[in-house]
Amino acid sequence: MPIEADPEVCVGSGMCALTAPGLFDQSQDDGTVVVLRPVPADPELDDVRDAVRRCPSGALKLTD
Amino acid sequence: MNDMVCPITNGLPKVRERPLDPPAIFGQLRDEQPIAPMTFPDGARGWVITGFAHARAILSDSRFSSQGSLKHLAFASELATGLDIEKDLPPGQFEHMDPPEHTRFRKLLTGEFTLRRMKAMVPQIERIAAERVAAMRAKGRPADLVRDFSVPMSAQVICELLGVPADARGRFEELSFRALSLDMKAEESKAVLDAIVNLLVEVAMGKVAEPGDDLLTGLVTGGQLEPAELIGVTLLLLVAGHETSANMLSLGTYALLREPEQLAKLRADESLIDNAVEELLRYLTIVHIGVQRTPTEDVEIDGVTLRAGETALIHLPSVNRDPERFPDPDRLDITRGAIGHLTFSHGIHQCLGQQLARQELKVGFSTLLREFPDLRLAVDPDTIPMRDNMTIYGVHELPVAW
Ligand code: HEM
Ligand code: SF4
Repeated sequence: MPIEADPEVCVGSGMCALTAPGLFDQSQDDGTVVVLRPVPADPELDDVRDAVRRCPSGALKLTD
Repeated sequence: MNDMVCPITNGLPKVRERPLDPPAIFGQLRDEQPIAPMTFPDGARGWVITGFAHARAILSDSRFSSQGSLKHLAFASELATGLDIEKDLPPGQFEHMDPPEHTRFRKLLTGEFTLRRMKAMVPQIERIAAERVAAMRAKGRPADLVRDFSVPMSAQVICELLGVPADARGRFEELSFRALSLDMKAEESKAVLDAIVNLLVEVAMGKVAEPGDDLLTGLVTGGQLEPAELIGVTLLLLVAGHETSANMLSLGTYALLREPEQLAKLRADESLIDNAVEELLRYLTIVHIGVQRTPTEDVEIDGVTLRAGETALIHLPSVNRDPERFPDPDRLDITRGAIGHLTFSHGIHQCLGQQLARQELKVGFSTLLREFPDLRLAVDPDTIPMRDNMTIYGVHELPVAW
């Protein structure tokens, strides 16, 4: 289940990086989301779902 | 439902039965009508939102506008600052804009507010907090936590972020203290605002001559903003970031001192600090006038039709007490995972400074608890004057001893 992130939609809130720091970071230039590892391990899925839910802009998706 | 009598007329009720809980009427409203009609003090008809899910739905819906000209005063009060976003403030107040204008401003700044950068500021924030503690000790007991700790700490952190040079910080601190101290008449707040704008212009000019590695230099040398916009954006950062953090530091300390059991838990286990900060943010929801969004077309939410132009006031304090989202919501519980609260709003305007606020609160509370193992209120907790008339909730003063 890969993570999809749309930096165009992202508003740089940092919620994803705060929620799942191993999987998300933010660009040094404009603060938009950087996916560090697009395919999370099973035990990380709960954190990813939390990050998707908390993302204020709807920039994140966990696809099947 | 549109035809029901407005339970809330002439703006938001202000009287709180208990200082740290929103007025009880909002809880009753949520049970019956999480989207309820209300009338603003200017007579406009709109809606008050008290349900968590409803609030999230509206805040992430692009059919709702944040335009300043569509917003209304929330409280009936002659004490409102009387400042008009459009007329009295310099351009660049993107909190009150929609895309694409909002996007243009926000994208210029998001790189400066990343979680990583804000974490990198922790050593400076710790130094600032330590200076405040030293000053409190030098002055002796009791201290007013508002004036002696929270307000100067928050002002210094903003100075650090913007890159305000040391020689201007004293003036900056004083002006910002005046700006948020007491209820002011319109002329007085206009005079303070003008003085702040002049100081910002002076500091920004200084960056042209002597660039540094800071946010203001980035904006000045970036060439993306008109000079007036640059001042406007800087002012927004100051206004949005100073009063909020300062009040959160004082009110959060007050809440902990009122709940000895929670305080003892935090003292016993420092690793609870992140959770404690989130829970205090949720429980206290200092933006107690909420945020406003106006539908640009008729929108139906949970069976209620919000007509174009009828502003929805999302009452953040009661949204954060929705039992569907937070079990036993009126209890302060620093061990609950409160993250996901709407204290910083939601959608594209979600607080730009939230990661800075988190670091600042974490350092602020930890420093106070560590340095003052016997921190206590110096007066009866029920005599503390609360800021119920102000845009940002908090305490006017907080006498403490140690
Ligand atoms: C506890 C502290 C804080 C609280 C509770 C808070 C709360 C909020 C809320 C509720 C909004 C959203 C308004 C809306 O949806 O219409 C907001 C926006 C904003 N905040 Fe904060 N804030 C805090 C600290 C800060 C700090 C420290 C800064 C900067 C130094 C800051 C800068 C901003 C800016 C620039 C916006 C506008 C964002 C936009 O419209 O895109 N805030 N804040
Ligand atoms: S949570 Fe969403 S808006 Fe915030 S940085 Fe991550 S992707 Fe961007």
